[in-house]
Amino acid sequence: MSAPHTIADSDAILSVRDLNFYYGDFRGLTNVSLDIAKSKVTAFIGPSGCGKSTLLRTFNRMYDLYPGQRAEGQILFHGKNLLDKKQDVNLVRAKIGMVFQKPTPFPMTIYENIAFGVRLYEKMSTSAMNERVEWALRKAAMWDEAKDKLQQSGLSLSGGQQQRLCIARTIAVKPEIVLLDEPTSALDPISTAKIEELINELKHDYTIAIVTHNMQQAARISDFTAFMYLGELIEFDKTDSLFVKPTKKQTEDYITGRFG
Amino acid sequence: MSVATPPIDLHAAQVRKFKLQDMFFHQVTLLFAFIVLAALAGILISLAIEAMPAFRQFGLSFLWTNVWNVPEDQFGALSAIYGTVVTSIIALVIAVPISFGIALFLTETCPAWMRRPLGTAIELLAGVPSIIYGIWGLFVFAPLFSKYVQPYLQTAVGDTPIISGWFAGAPIGIGILTAGIVLSLMVIPFVASVMRDVFETVPPQLKESAYGVGCTTWEVVTHIVLPYTRVGVIGGIMLGLGRALGETMAVTFVIGNANRIVGSLFAPGTSIASTLANEFGEADPGLHISSLFALGLVLFVITFIVLAISQWLIKRGIAKQGI
Repeated sequence: MSAPHTIADSDAILSVRDLNFYYGDFRGLTNVSLDIAKSKVTAFIGPSGCGKSTLLRTFNRMYDLYPGQRAEGQILFHGKNLLDKKQDVNLVRAKIGMVFQKPTPFPMTIYENIAFGVRLYEKMSTSAMNERVEWALRKAAMWDEAKDKLQQSGLSLSGGQQQRLCIARTIAVKPEIVLLDEPTSALDPISTAKIEELINELKHDYTIAIVTHNMQQAARISDFTAFMYLGELIEFDKTDSLFVKPTKKQTEDYITGRFG
Repeated sequence: MSVATPPIDLHAAQVRKFKLQDMFFHQVTLLFAFIVLAALAGILISLAIEAMPAFRQFGLSFLWTNVWNVPEDQFGALSAIYGTVVTSIIALVIAVPISFGIALFLTETCPAWMRRPLGTAIELLAGVPSIIYGIWGLFVFAPLFSKYVQPYLQTAVGDTPIISGWFAGAPIGIGILTAGIVLSLMVIPFVASVMRDVFETVPPQLKESAYGVGCTTWEVVTHIVLPYTRVGVIGGIMLGLGRALGETMAVTFVIGNANRIVGSLFAPGTSIASTLANEFGEADPGLHISSLFALGLVLFVITFIVLAISQWLIKRGIAKQGI
């Protein structure tokens, strides 16, 4: 079981072992084990409700916000179990950033949207902060569009720009892992292309885990792909192998469009 | 073509009938709605007419004259306005932080099973008749307050300048401060439930994103929830203020009903509403009655403005949904 789910030729930054997740009495994830490779893009695909977003939300303990949701098992990050009750959740979330399906700029200026998260963990001078904001916006390919309106509300940007602002905000905190939960499903094709390009750039510095409904997107941007179905990890492999010769029947049916 | 004409005519008749029905319905409902507006205008006009003699006699200085002398027919609203404003301020100073805590607990940290019962209990508090608060305030709260709280408050503040003046005088239980405290209990349910409603309009993804960069609950509340809901929260506070300004029975029971202004919050005072409740029954026609009407007009105008602003702010706060 565990053999195909680990990656031999890369360092794993996150190691998920026997993860079970419950929404109250409903079991959302069943015995999931896999490794997320460092500085690579790992995509999670599968039909709606298969647990891919749920899995992503265990990586930064986002489920903690909701009473009745709980996870069992292990997610090792630098040798520590993230699911451990003693683990400082806020620190985890600063190290493992997340970008959501809908762009969610904070109700403040573009500048503040980025500076806000940084200020939570680092004390720095105004000029250092200015540099950090510019750095993050450049990384997110937003600088040229945003540099003249840093003091305008983040809500004044277009949807695609808002999403890149959210990515800038996430990397400004200098996380190690960036979780993307269907980041382009609310965007038009041009904005989507820009975000995909951006993901390609970012993977040199960050580990990226992305949930997507779009199989072409997974094939285009990811190094590894996990196919999930009904809360179970069905197949996990290098993206090239998984799409070219899937070993499981269900995977093949899904990627050839026979269900899902 | 000629064959098709009759049914079309029939159809047209039917449409006309529906139209007539619709128009009738429209007019009737409009009339009902209009009755409310007419009542509002009627109250305002009759208040103004009845208040005229007092305003003619004392001019606008009625508003800032501190005298209420029934035998000599000298009237001024200042002591009542003072009592109304000060009790309302005390009520808000106590009620706003508590309501804020209640609303945050209900929306952010409350275990799921407690949310419904607790929310309902708070809404039920709003339904307790105000006379019950008055009786409780007079017979239960005031004695306890004078015996256990007031002396210690005085000892605690000692000789601190300014503040010691607020708590000077005999600890008799009833007075401005007591009225303010009882009022605060009465406005908490209103302020808390409006705050909860506006806090709930914050999109969960927005809060998740803030948690996602590593915010604590407190940081999410101060940096995301509050800025996002600021307008609605202020509206909720104004709603509480409007309630506190106009509250009559409970205040009449515990404020002490003395038409004077004393610096100490322990001293008895009066409010506009309690003056009206106390004196209308036995007031002689003439300036006394007219002055009471003038007081009523002042209260009407103040609460009307406050409540109108609050409704406007709450609507704006709740309308601002989605990102």
